[in-house]
Amino acid sequence: MIGLEHYLTVAAVLFVIGIFGIFLNRKNVIILLMSIELILLAVNINLVAFSAHLGDLVGQVFTLFVLTVAAAEAAIGLAILVSFFRNRGTIAVEDINVMKG
Amino acid sequence: MMAFAFYLFALGVIAGGLFTVIARNPVHSVLWLILAFLSAAGLFVLLGAEFVAMLLIIVYVGAVAVLFLFVVMMLDIDFSALRAQMARTMPLALLIGLVILMQLALAFGAWTESELAAGQIAQPMVPGIHNTQALGMILYDQYFLLFQLAGLILLVAMIGAIVLTLRHRSDVKRQDVLAQMYRDPKKAMELRDVKPGQGL
Repeated sequence: MIGLEHYLTVAAVLFVIGIFGIFLNRKNVIILLMSIELILLAVNINLVAFSAHLGDLVGQVFTLFVLTVAAAEAAIGLAILVSFFRNRGTIAVEDINVMKG
Repeated sequence: MMAFAFYLFALGVIAGGLFTVIARNPVHSVLWLILAFLSAAGLFVLLGAEFVAMLLIIVYVGAVAVLFLFVVMMLDIDFSALRAQMARTMPLALLIGLVILMQLALAFGAWTESELAAGQIAQPMVPGIHNTQALGMILYDQYFLLFQLAGLILLVAMIGAIVLTLRHRSDVKRQDVLAQMYRDPKKAMELRDVKPGQGL
């Protein structure tokens, strides 16, 4: 029988894969953005799994808002990436140092 | 049957996520990302959250993944150079991944469900009403302000993305409709009566 624990395990593994991707692709901003999407997807799986387990709909409502913010974040991130590439001709993270941060 | 479907979708999610971060070609990364999202939608259907599952397919596969594909194909980048250092960052990434996985496993091993959890349900599911209807009933009622706020976030994101990527190029000739409409024949040409034998 498939229970809550199985879903939590899948979500945890996906979350770790997302963090692994962030540290693995430290130069490629596009893959970094995809890793963030994976992390948010893991959070969504957790929320929906607990929602189904407890019989509480709030988890699914919250998933909708996480989805909204994830879509907005991807759009803004890619827009920044495109305008950065136009100005500098690169997307490597270590070249993003105009503001000396 | 449920167990088989669960393991199939779980494999899809994990394989999709893993190949997203280790694929050599970013276009393949996006395709693996789509597989992960589709499998996650399958998991949501198994959990009885059909509306969120369909939304995941529409929003992620239909919009976000296509956006990623466009950007990957639009930027002219030598990805092999970016990938060359992957072997160098692999040990640290594996270490951090393993540490976080072990921390999650430790937290999960000590976790038990509180007896009070059942008493703290904010919006209990009503049997007999299907998922989409129940979600709509609380989304447009209890969470209406948050719903409007989510719309505002999307509006700000849309305007922000347009402002960030819009550029006016001065090296291409474009049609200027307003200038055409304000053009007046009296100002545009002058009639001269040229006498024979004389120039202007």
